[in-house]
Amino acid sequence: MKALSHPLAMLGIVLAFVLLGRVLPAWTLSLATVAASNSLIALGIVVLARTGNVSFGQGLFYAAGGYGVALIANSFGLTDAVVQVMIGAVCGGLLGLIIGPLISRYTGIFFGMLTLALSMVLYGALVKTTALGGSDGFNVGRPTLFGNVFTDPREADFMLYSVSVIATGLAGIAATVYFRSELGLVSLAVRANNLRVEYLGVSANRIVAINFVIAAVFAGASGALSLMAQRHIDPQFAYWTTSGEFVFVAILAGYQSVAAVFVASLALELVRSFSNLYLPNTWQLVLGAFLLAVILFLPRGIGSLWTSANRKSDQPDAPAPGAAVTEPAE
Amino acid sequence: MTPVLAVEGLNKRFGAVVAADNLTISIPAGQKVSLIGANGAGKTTFVNLVTGYLKPDSGKIELEGRAIGKQSPRDVARLGISRSFQIPQLFIELTAAENVIVAISGTKAVPLSFTSPAEAQDRREQALVLLDRLGLRAYADRPVSELAGGVRKLVDIAMAMARRPHLLLLDEPTSGVSAEEKFSTMDRVIQAVTKEAGTIVFVEHDMDIVTRYADRVLAFYSGRILADGEPDVVLKDADVRRYVTGGAR
Amino acid sequence: MEPVIWLAKGETMAPNDGSWKRVFLSMNLFLTIVIDGLIEASWLFVVALGLTLVFGVLKILNIAHGGFYALGAYIAATVVTLFAAKGLPPALGFAAMLLAAAFVALAVGVMLERGLLKMFYGRDEVVLLLVTYAVFLLLEDITKLIWGVNPILATQPYELFGNVSFGKLFYVGYDLVLIPVAIASGLAVWFGLNRTVTGKIVSAVIHNPEISASMGVKINRIYAFAFAFGLMLAAFAGALTAPKISVQPGLSSDVIILSFAIVVIGGLGSVEGAAVGAILVGLARAASVHIFPQGELFVIYLIMAVVLMIRPEGLFQRETARRI
Repeated sequence: MKALSHPLAMLGIVLAFVLLGRVLPAWTLSLATVAASNSLIALGIVVLARTGNVSFGQGLFYAAGGYGVALIANSFGLTDAVVQVMIGAVCGGLLGLIIGPLISRYTGIFFGMLTLALSMVLYGALVKTTALGGSDGFNVGRPTLFGNVFTDPREADFMLYSVSVIATGLAGIAATVYFRSELGLVSLAVRANNLRVEYLGVSANRIVAINFVIAAVFAGASGALSLMAQRHIDPQFAYWTTSGEFVFVAILAGYQSVAAVFVASLALELVRSFSNLYLPNTWQLVLGAFLLAVILFLPRGIGSLWTSANRKSDQPDAPAPGAAVTEPAE
Repeated sequence: MTPVLAVEGLNKRFGAVVAADNLTISIPAGQKVSLIGANGAGKTTFVNLVTGYLKPDSGKIELEGRAIGKQSPRDVARLGISRSFQIPQLFIELTAAENVIVAISGTKAVPLSFTSPAEAQDRREQALVLLDRLGLRAYADRPVSELAGGVRKLVDIAMAMARRPHLLLLDEPTSGVSAEEKFSTMDRVIQAVTKEAGTIVFVEHDMDIVTRYADRVLAFYSGRILADGEPDVVLKDADVRRYVTGGAR
Repeated sequence: MEPVIWLAKGETMAPNDGSWKRVFLSMNLFLTIVIDGLIEASWLFVVALGLTLVFGVLKILNIAHGGFYALGAYIAATVVTLFAAKGLPPALGFAAMLLAAAFVALAVGVMLERGLLKMFYGRDEVVLLLVTYAVFLLLEDITKLIWGVNPILATQPYELFGNVSFGKLFYVGYDLVLIPVAIASGLAVWFGLNRTVTGKIVSAVIHNPEISASMGVKINRIYAFAFAFGLMLAAFAGALTAPKISVQPGLSSDVIILSFAIVVIGGLGSVEGAAVGAILVGLARAASVHIFPQGELFVIYLIMAVVLMIRPEGLFQRETARRI
């Protein structure tokens, strides 16, 4: 397990997945593309969740990335997929830089509600903005890559798949390094006890704001990827139920493992396509039941299935504590 | 010489309750001061005021001549006051070593790193040294959620020491520690703490601990200081015997 | 600078002779906004009242609340259609739809609290939020499975109270009836909480569940009752609005967001706050519909965001410090 978490080894895994795309059947390819791009935004929610805050409004940055890219693509003819992902990340990140410091004072449900409110402000504005197509949104052209135009749909799909897997893969590698870093550990400390973090001389709000901006960058990039796959954008990107689905992926994954985010996202897409195929109008039913089961039986997400086992094994047996357990009641 | 901590005319009320009533205290460097008093006498309020968690209604608080009465706990910590808590305030899912590493990270002047591993060799060693001083080496890699109350208390103190504070406030360091281990625990704490911090203020209910470790005792009663002086003198004081130590022991 | 004057639909104004420079709203438009706003506020208040009660007692921000609003609307639509098909008088249908929605919500509410929510007590408030989100998702599809995805129209009771006119303004009586109904609901809840023994016990539980339990209060019963009662209010409001709207999927997610805004503005857990929040949201919505239609949706969330930024505890709540 340890060897696989070396950045170079992870890079190898990402490339292997890209090559795998060559042999995947067409429907799996587009499903995997969606799963990869959803993983990216969910990964951002996981980053933020490590500070103990759940954002119910990631759709805000998702839409910011999507609309930003779509507008720039349509007005300046910027169609390169890699550039589009970067523009998406920048749009999300800039908005995150404005909102992050303001919102980092809040915790718990207030944090969730405020993010939700902000995303709904954008949704409300987009629905009524006729210049941006109102609630119908508008279309964008096919993305290109390094000057290549992809006319064969199979090739175009593979290109999108590769860009999505690589973008998300790189974000995943960065997140793995980040989670183990000093800042990553302090983020977990903020989650556990933000007041003590302050008492140690660290600004808990600042830590939350930093993680918030990272989450916003990931969400913006994910919005760009999603736009490329759909070649269409509408206000639904910012609606709270869209954000809710990404929260679902993050909760399913838990905050202990990056790989779990990809597994969770893929599982979700598989379940979605099967339930659409065989049981129409039961998608949310499945989702809800799934979510309840995870909260009940795997409160730390599917990532805890392998990480906690890992953790236990490197603990030496400490001698039985001699001190009394009783707490004074004052 | 400027005292480490100087408090002048400090007042704090919670509604009708007077938690700090015109407190004036000066603590010179190197002193070990014990705060005693019944529950609700204002000891913890005093600690909360000095560390910036509570803002005084009026009065001055100075650390080495510098006014800190309006500072946040974070700024107060950065200026050199650390504290431990009556109920240990730990990062419950992290290991003891990780808890101390967070505390060490907090002492850095530069921004925290995105890439450098938290458990880098030097940081981990620093943490282990601190844990070792309090006899906690064996618990380093166990999540604190698995540790007993007394051990948590010591981890809490180890974290407070990470900064090498000028003034260390310990809120009931031996509560939750079994009677047999009280002295050995306190021996360790005092020894370790003297290495890292010059001046110590500790809230304590056990008068044996007070007489043994304190140079000076401040007896609190309903927000006021009833007596201030050497332990022998203060503990023999008639008012202190009536209102603080009483027959309760 | 030319003054901007907003007029009610169909209203005209004489050319500017300099006499009305400072008038920005015509009287008719002002009245329209106030009345439309109060109508909107009335049913929103009933929904938000349930949400804020549940939060006050159980400390749960219930996303599934919107699902119960939709459930109430669907049940009402079914009952009304059934009564109309049998040729029974619409007044009877009106009464039956309210009773049926309230009863079903009470029953489902108790089952939900005892059967599901109870398992998660003591967990983090965000976890509970996610649990209610899961229930919201379940309800969405369950209503689709029972009633299908096509809009249902059940407007027979809408004509029950005739039309009312104020000068040039015409209103459907049913809409105006909503206002006293909301006031009555609010007063009933306020009276129940503040002037009855049960209410005092509930208030005690809100204040401190541990101490109430040690005094012999059956906390579990209070929780189940309060949760079911809150959901009943949501369903009741759903039933009330059903004749006004076309009942279709998507209702719940819109309503829950609106009622979130209301309770956040007023302060979570506060009955008075819910009333003020509902009036604010109702008026803001009516005003933007008439003056600034582009802002219809985002004005409300903007108010919510601003209130959260300035007074996160809401207009009617006091902040509590954490004990260390």
